[in-house]
Amino acid sequence: MIGLPAYLVLGALVFSIGLFGVLTRRNAVGILLGIELMLNAVNINLVAFARFNGDVAGLVFTLFTISITVAEVAVGLAIVIAIFRVRRTVEADRLDLLRG
Amino acid sequence: MTLETMGFGVVATVLLASSLAVVLTPNLFHAVLYLAAALVATGVVFLLLEQPFLFAVQLLLYAGGVVTIVVFAIMLTERLVGERIAQTSRHVVNGAIVAAAVFVGIVGFLIGAPPGAPRPAETVDTTAAIGRALVGPFAVTLELLGVLLVVALLGALYFARSEE
Repeated sequence: MIGLPAYLVLGALVFSIGLFGVLTRRNAVGILLGIELMLNAVNINLVAFARFNGDVAGLVFTLFTISITVAEVAVGLAIVIAIFRVRRTVEADRLDLLRG
Repeated sequence: MTLETMGFGVVATVLLASSLAVVLTPNLFHAVLYLAAALVATGVVFLLLEQPFLFAVQLLLYAGGVVTIVVFAIMLTERLVGERIAQTSRHVVNGAIVAAAVFVGIVGFLIGAPPGAPRPAETVDTTAAIGRALVGPFAVTLELLGVLLVVALLGALYFARSEE
């Protein structure tokens, strides 16, 4: 029987990998992919805690985070496309419109 | 070694390998495909935790929806063939140090935490329980989620509209 810590360590590993992607990717779409991985790791933790505590609230919360993530991705990519129309690039380093 | 342990090992390996591929592969399009593999592997983790409903939601919304949207965005912002789709990484060492530090911090906290109780047997049908919770104690949250989705839809339409 696999205990709760195994799932939590798996979630922590995926979260760290996603964080690495967010920090190192130059392309805005690549950064979004890293954020997806991090949110996914959180979902693993939520479901594991809900299952091991026998509480349905964690599962409902996972359902909400999945839906909100999909909405976030749709808006995020719409912003990326809008930026691409204006600047002809999605390299995060070159999107310095707000730099003083 | 039980079947569950073996299944967990295989799924964890696939999940970690495809997650690493997402952040390391130079081809952005391949990164999205690896993300799809990682999302499906996460769904299988939900199956191991005996949550078939969340597995279905994960496949439909994440592996189906998100991957399609991201592929669309890449096709609109990059040329599918040629050099443009390649992406580079920067500050790889610094990023690795920060990510490793976060991981060590979490695991250090886990080591200090008291050992959890063993997994209780599944007694109720969780799909039905989720449905009852959604229209019971979480009804207002569900309505708010609907409002949020409408707002996100309108926002995406506004950003992606053409100028004329």
